[in-house]
Amino acid sequence: MIVLAYCVALSGLIASGLLVYGLKRMSSPVTAVSGIVTAGWGMLFVVAASFLQIFGVSDAARPHIVVNVFLAILALVIGGGWAGWKGRSVAMTAMPQMVALFNGMGGGAAAAVSVIALTGPTDTGIGQLLVTVAGGLIGSMSLSGSLIAWAKLDGRMNRPLRFGGQRIVNAVVFVLTLVLGVLAVAQYHQPGGGLMALLFFAGALLCGICMTLPIGGADMPVVISLYNAFTGLAVGLEGYVMAEPALMIAGMVVGSAGTLLTVMMARGMNRSISNVLFSNFGEVAATAAAGPQKDAKSVSPGDAATTMRYASTVIIVPGYGLAVAQAQGKLYEFVKLLQAAGVDVKFAIHPVAGRMPGHMNVLLAEAGVPYDMIYDMEDINDSFGDTDVALIIGANDVVNPSARTDKSSPIYGMPILNADKARQLFVIKRGMGMGYSAVQNPLFFQDNCAMVFGDAQAVLSKMVETVKGLATSS
Amino acid sequence: MITAMTFVIALYIFMLAAFTGYEVISRVPSILHTPLMSGSNFVHGIVVVGALGALFNASSVLEQVIGFLGVMLGAGNVVGGYVVTDRMLAMFKPSTKPAAPAQGMPVTGARS
Repeated sequence: MIVLAYCVALSGLIASGLLVYGLKRMSSPVTAVSGIVTAGWGMLFVVAASFLQIFGVSDAARPHIVVNVFLAILALVIGGGWAGWKGRSVAMTAMPQMVALFNGMGGGAAAAVSVIALTGPTDTGIGQLLVTVAGGLIGSMSLSGSLIAWAKLDGRMNRPLRFGGQRIVNAVVFVLTLVLGVLAVAQYHQPGGGLMALLFFAGALLCGICMTLPIGGADMPVVISLYNAFTGLAVGLEGYVMAEPALMIAGMVVGSAGTLLTVMMARGMNRSISNVLFSNFGEVAATAAAGPQKDAKSVSPGDAATTMRYASTVIIVPGYGLAVAQAQGKLYEFVKLLQAAGVDVKFAIHPVAGRMPGHMNVLLAEAGVPYDMIYDMEDINDSFGDTDVALIIGANDVVNPSARTDKSSPIYGMPILNADKARQLFVIKRGMGMGYSAVQNPLFFQDNCAMVFGDAQAVLSKMVETVKGLATSS
Repeated sequence: MITAMTFVIALYIFMLAAFTGYEVISRVPSILHTPLMSGSNFVHGIVVVGALGALFNASSVLEQVIGFLGVMLGAGNVVGGYVVTDRMLAMFKPSTKPAAPAQGMPVTGARS
């Protein structure tokens, strides 16, 4: 029996080592692929080894062990199979909501462990019970909050839900939940304790919903990243309750790494985390209606393509609109034609282009764009001044010069791409609509800027045709 | 079973793990933020091990139901997190050919 216990414990040690090492390798593009494989082996190993526990279960559970093992295998197959199928089949543009969904599931699993620890027959000390309640609270909030985030990103819930006194209501719900948690611990294994625990978990789920409802879609990536850190923390706490050091280490590593990622994301959007959680963006924007009254110039896709074909340097600024139009492939086709004609083409990526930091890189990579053509904002911002053409596709706020100049603008201070410094600008856009922040963009009215109106896919197809036509006629 | 010493050791583990997580992420290029969020999402899927332990030790129908749900959700976290991360990272490949050199006069555009 003692040998068995050592085997289970050591498997956790090896697994947590592999998981952390894998995560480390994932933090560089060169080793990233091997990183997830390393972490994957660690996870497979520890899950397989956890089945050794069936030889050392408590006396009360021994008569049920066959049923329990059957249930465990069934649950692994159903949960893993569904998620594997879903993860394989989902489109790359829908990745953020998938991450939210899978993160919510992890939070739910942590909450389930907490429910069993709080209501099960095993006697547990008061310290552990408090940790259980904390982990259950955080895990439940992560579950319900992630589901709301998923619904918002998936377009199932479009408007942020806000009402007067919302913050007070949220605070009351949160405090009541805490009180219920304390009562559940106080009444542990006594009449009414089970009911208190039940109400506590319901309250915790409600907290996650209340917290996420008022937040707008543009801020969802930050929120998902925050819930990712939450789940990590909950897993770490439940690891303590279950006396599983591997869960404690993996959970806490994700908890702190996720917190740092959240801060980095929020910084990229020039917002603080408390700003994302407790203030309502967009409300300020309504006042900033008085923009420049000039009309924007518009130009045909063919003319724009010809200009780029005979330019020597072109920088492309892609935004989420490109991904929505599913035009990454067409764009890269156009870029390859330009490169064949001797044009130096680069991609400039704003830290929050797409829906998450790095999301646009993934979308471009999917279209086959090599990552050494893709430049981060800091690396490319000084080059715009020497660039013939900047082509902006489906991006708006990340190139809005008001962020630099207009103190009254809600995006004032946000770091932006200096696309306005290029000699000529083309903006591919469906119409004169505004970006996610709902702010007017004076860039479109600049003298060196011309709009190419239309769906990105259609416009790029025309551009490809034009450049091909030029190549055959010369 | 849990003594003051093991409680303190747990705090040490939490502290060191928190520093580890911070260090692992702190110098990451922003192109990897989304894959890393997904990757760390996969790593906390290890909660499935805790859920398995709870399910194996279940002795009532209620515990079995909750344990079953926990394992199912945890397994979804693990497999989904892995698949999504793997798909994203598989796309990070360097260009096979060197990037086209900047050349060509903009006016003539002379190329055969």
